[in-house]
Amino acid sequence: MIITIVVSLAKAIGLIFLIILPMVSYTVYAERRVSAMIQDRIGPNRVGIPLTLFGFPKDIPFYGLVQPIADAVKLLLKEDFTPAHVNKLYYWLAPACAMAPSMMALAVIPFGSQLWGEPMVVANVDVGVLWVFAVSSLGVYGIVLAGWSSNSKYPFLGGIRSSSQMISYELSLALSVIPIFMVCGTLNLPDIVKYQIDHGWLISPIWIKGISLFPPGINFQEIWRSIDILKIILWIPLFISFIVFVISMFAETNRLPFDLPEAETELVGGYHTEYSSMKFALFFLGEYAAMIAGAAVIVTLFFGAWHVPFLPTTLHNPYTVWGVLLGLIHITAFFVKVALLLFFFIWVRWTLPRFRYDQLMRLGWYFFIEIALVNVFIVAIILPFVPK
Amino acid sequence: MAYTISRPKLNFAEKVYLPAIITGLGITIRHFINIVTGKTKVTMQYPEEKWDKKLPPYYRGAPTLVKDEYGRERCVACQLCEFICPPRAITIHAGEIPEKDRWRKVEKFPKEFEIDMIRCIYCGLCEEVCPEQAIFLRKDYAITGLTRQEMVHNKEKLYELGGVMTGLVYKWNDKK
Repeated sequence: MIITIVVSLAKAIGLIFLIILPMVSYTVYAERRVSAMIQDRIGPNRVGIPLTLFGFPKDIPFYGLVQPIADAVKLLLKEDFTPAHVNKLYYWLAPACAMAPSMMALAVIPFGSQLWGEPMVVANVDVGVLWVFAVSSLGVYGIVLAGWSSNSKYPFLGGIRSSSQMISYELSLALSVIPIFMVCGTLNLPDIVKYQIDHGWLISPIWIKGISLFPPGINFQEIWRSIDILKIILWIPLFISFIVFVISMFAETNRLPFDLPEAETELVGGYHTEYSSMKFALFFLGEYAAMIAGAAVIVTLFFGAWHVPFLPTTLHNPYTVWGVLLGLIHITAFFVKVALLLFFFIWVRWTLPRFRYDQLMRLGWYFFIEIALVNVFIVAIILPFVPK
Repeated sequence: MAYTISRPKLNFAEKVYLPAIITGLGITIRHFINIVTGKTKVTMQYPEEKWDKKLPPYYRGAPTLVKDEYGRERCVACQLCEFICPPRAITIHAGEIPEKDRWRKVEKFPKEFEIDMIRCIYCGLCEEVCPEQAIFLRKDYAITGLTRQEMVHNKEKLYELGGVMTGLVYKWNDKK
């Protein structure tokens, strides 16, 4: 019993503090760097290890990779100012409400196969994706509380926008993944991953089986058998649900082109206008952690989570060096996929302009919900003909 | 007169909006790739790269005083630069050349010559107005200091920056 608790705690703390929080800060760095490069600039490339502070003749520049630490120090050391006109309780509560849900959503994500025989998922619960949706929709409370308690017009508008936007897109988000549960027959995320290992990633129309690198070998018969026309037909609605899911995820995480709650050009800073110092940093963290959680869910549902094609998924003895190495490769693979998706998020942000509010609502209610709903029926019609 | 603005007729691809998004993504990733592969030219990375060698001969950097090839100071403390200086950055305390000196005819020399670099606007009028070609705008542009006092260049500093300038100057000519 105690061992189980210790192991779960180790997994949770390791995931949050060793992987997610550094990843958040480096996503912010990547955001700045990639946006700069897209706009033909260079971006933050200065901050290195400041050896001159300790009397050395030269700094180590390090491509500006120390920038996130400098940012964090700056945010920590800034004056934590609480305006006089705010509702103190909710004003203090809001940043935590914005931050915690995105971290909690990560609990059910299978971010690796195993390490020393221990499955790399903090909570292997059967509700799986439902937990993610339930918790990540709690994130809106942080934003609404912030907007409401700030007692000032721009945060208020941001809060209102955020609540209506997140409620609208929650629907299409949940509806668009129903086809996946119909295909996989489970809500449990590790089981969905297992399905994808057996039947191919859901994003891919054909899945070549019978090629293996360790041990090397090609089985032509199996390759021939793995190409199935019905599966390709089934792939079409799954791809549609992928697109709807990704776009809804953009809206859910308040990313451009759906970043109306904090539209800088219209609402100053949106819901966090009145916040400073670490409270502002918590919103920032929450936003990027939500982005990572969203990307992790997309990776788990559509990109086979930690699965690397042509590599064995398990070894007989996970306690050997090779077993641990394989586990580490799987964890790395998962976060590489997440990083690529985050790059896509950033790439989209610096490409598209912001939607007008009525366009946003129209897109959500008139198109995405309908598309997702029809998609469910299409899958239901195709599914009986597809061999398991 | 009332008139209606004609809305553009959108075809299916434009209505769906996705092709336009993909085109846009293509444009941005092209910019990204170009800068990663170094095809895009970006700003000079200042402290690492400097344009010192490419500075044009007419570049107006910090104003300096120059000496001639015999190490004599050219300035005669005529104070024309002090009077023309638009932000009044120059202060000259003139001194008299003693009677017995060989160059008595020059009459004046600057006892102290100060240019307040916080005030200087690098206009180059001092250089233009100088009858003895004693003050020049050189190519030093990174004039920094931690105090206001440090930013006032005195005579010593100005000569140090200016160095030697050869060429015809009238005042040392005996016949004039």
